Amino acid sequence: MNDLNGAAVTVEHLGKSFDDLVAVDDVSFEVAVGESFGFLGPNGAGKSTTINILCTLLTPTLGHATVAGFDVVRQAADVRRHIGLVFQDPTLDEYLTAEENLRFHAELYGVPRETAEQRLRDVLEMVELWERRASVVATFSGGMRRRLEIARGLLHSPRVLFLDEPTVGLDPQTRAHIWEYIEELRRREAITIFLTTHYMEEAEHCDRIAIIDHGKIVAMDSPDALKAKVGRDRIELRTADDDDAMSQLRDRLDLEPTIAEGAVRFYVRDGDAFVPRLFAALTVPILSVSLAHPTLDDVFMHYTGRTIRDSEASSSERLASHPFVRRRMGARR
Amino acid sequence: MSAVHVAPVRVATGTLADDWRAVKVVWKRELIRFRRNKPRILTSLAQPVLFLFVLGTGLSHLLPGGSGYDFRTFMFPGVISMTILFTAIFSAVSIVWDREFGFLREMLVAPSRRWAIMVGKAAGGATVATMQGVIILALAGTVHVPYSPLLLLTLLGEMALAAFMLTSFGLMLASRIRSVESFQVVMQLFVLPMFFLAGAVFPLTGLPTWLAVLTRFDPLAYAVGPMRHAVFAHASLPPAVAAKLNTSITWNGWPLPVGLALVLVAVAGLVLLGVAIVRFSKTD
Repeated sequence: MNDLNGAAVTVEHLGKSFDDLVAVDDVSFEVAVGESFGFLGPNGAGKSTTINILCTLLTPTLGHATVAGFDVVRQAADVRRHIGLVFQDPTLDEYLTAEENLRFHAELYGVPRETAEQRLRDVLEMVELWERRASVVATFSGGMRRRLEIARGLLHSPRVLFLDEPTVGLDPQTRAHIWEYIEELRRREAITIFLTTHYMEEAEHCDRIAIIDHGKIVAMDSPDALKAKVGRDRIELRTADDDDAMSQLRDRLDLEPTIAEGAVRFYVRDGDAFVPRLFAALTVPILSVSLAHPTLDDVFMHYTGRTIRDSEASSSERLASHPFVRRRMGARR
Repeated sequence: MSAVHVAPVRVATGTLADDWRAVKVVWKRELIRFRRNKPRILTSLAQPVLFLFVLGTGLSHLLPGGSGYDFRTFMFPGVISMTILFTAIFSAVSIVWDREFGFLREMLVAPSRRWAIMVGKAAGGATVATMQGVIILALAGTVHVPYSPLLLLTLLGEMALAAFMLTSFGLMLASRIRSVESFQVVMQLFVLPMFFLAGAVFPLTGLPTWLAVLTRFDPLAYAVGPMRHAVFAHASLPPAVAAKLNTSITWNGWPLPVGLALVLVAVAGLVLLGVAIVRFSKTD
């Protein structure tokens, strides 16, 4: 891809079926260069299948896709040269040291020897594993391994970095840490990031997200825009006189407050801008104000009618009965 | 674009030089893994030593007294081939383990071509198996095989050729196998018969026709024969014994020359590797 203003990823009417199971159903979208794009959905919604098609590990049943300007079917080798991959399952050789794993990758991707040394140091320092470069990977914790995989995915300076569930199975602290690296990476490299996750809070890190459910994209926009479409912020007040506050809210601001958990609660659009008006309008002394924005959980609920946890259960049941997936799941253990 | 800086990294463009680098690094990884796995080196030596000194010594007593030679001299090339056989197959099975532990994916998504990965695996497995064979070779003196430089060099070359052919055979079996369990089944089905039919523990002459026919289809037999030929040329054995035990494989009564047998081993290795590459290159 030579045109930096072009799209890093284009997907047109993509479909993939395994026998009778439709894993991806007529999906279309584009990801701009430099963007971070999140694919959000429960397990088995079609996220990994889409990512596997984009990185040429699976051939689509229908439609077209390009990555870094190359067709994923006809120019698979070109696509591979320009992408970095971090899978949800580990793909490191535990018998090798961190450095040996990276060197293996550099040789396989044909990174010139004169740049490989510097590059290897850069990526290892970025994920803070330079000091541990001579240790065998078997001695690494889960978080260190994931960091090493991210470093390896970057070694050949890919145009697009695919992160398939980059933080799955890690503790919250390590997950936060991984996100720091990803942010740092975006600052330092002109790289497009395509990631999948089923942690709603993590999708907040993306410029844009697509919510995928049962193989279809049900919503796509920036996290803020998606939340704005869904709805209103929740405000809770603690006041010196709740009854008085309630009637003032009704009369002066045309709201429908309720009492919940010992506080006056109501919903408004754009709560941040509303709070100053609240202080101007109410004469009752206000003890505390709490404002809650809608979460992506609310967004998911809005578009699918279920919480992501509910769909998690139903999707994995749906998939577990499928032989192809059962084999893959079995192999993971 | 808020891009600050992109390191100008050129990546593989699909030239032969890139594929060669891939072959070398896959080969190198096999050697590193072999070196790091000391228990494996020891356990895979235990079996040949058991065959040579326990089975070999035991069988010697069946021979008429005063036959003037050590039966283990006869067995020695067979035991070397056994070491190579098991090590080579074990190395090839690593591709199944790679699949199980995910590392295969790292290789499969790389831009390098599949044949380069298979050639690297074959070279790596063959090197490791030859190295194990060399350790057994060091025991030559204990079974009356002289440490003649010419003999050692000849055996080294023949071992390497056999190791290449057997690793390719293992890769062909392993290339489409998804689980370690099913590989073990395949092992039982192929590896032991291959060992017994190769003439490793008994001479291939005077066998019933059905067995004689089967042995002719065992590619390992064409490697054991030349190795034994080399050993017998250097060990001092009574001529009558040598004539009885050191027989080349015959095709319809025609004794196969050593050179031709070795060419056949090489060809078998290349064909098996070719099949392995084709099977491995199929995508889902």
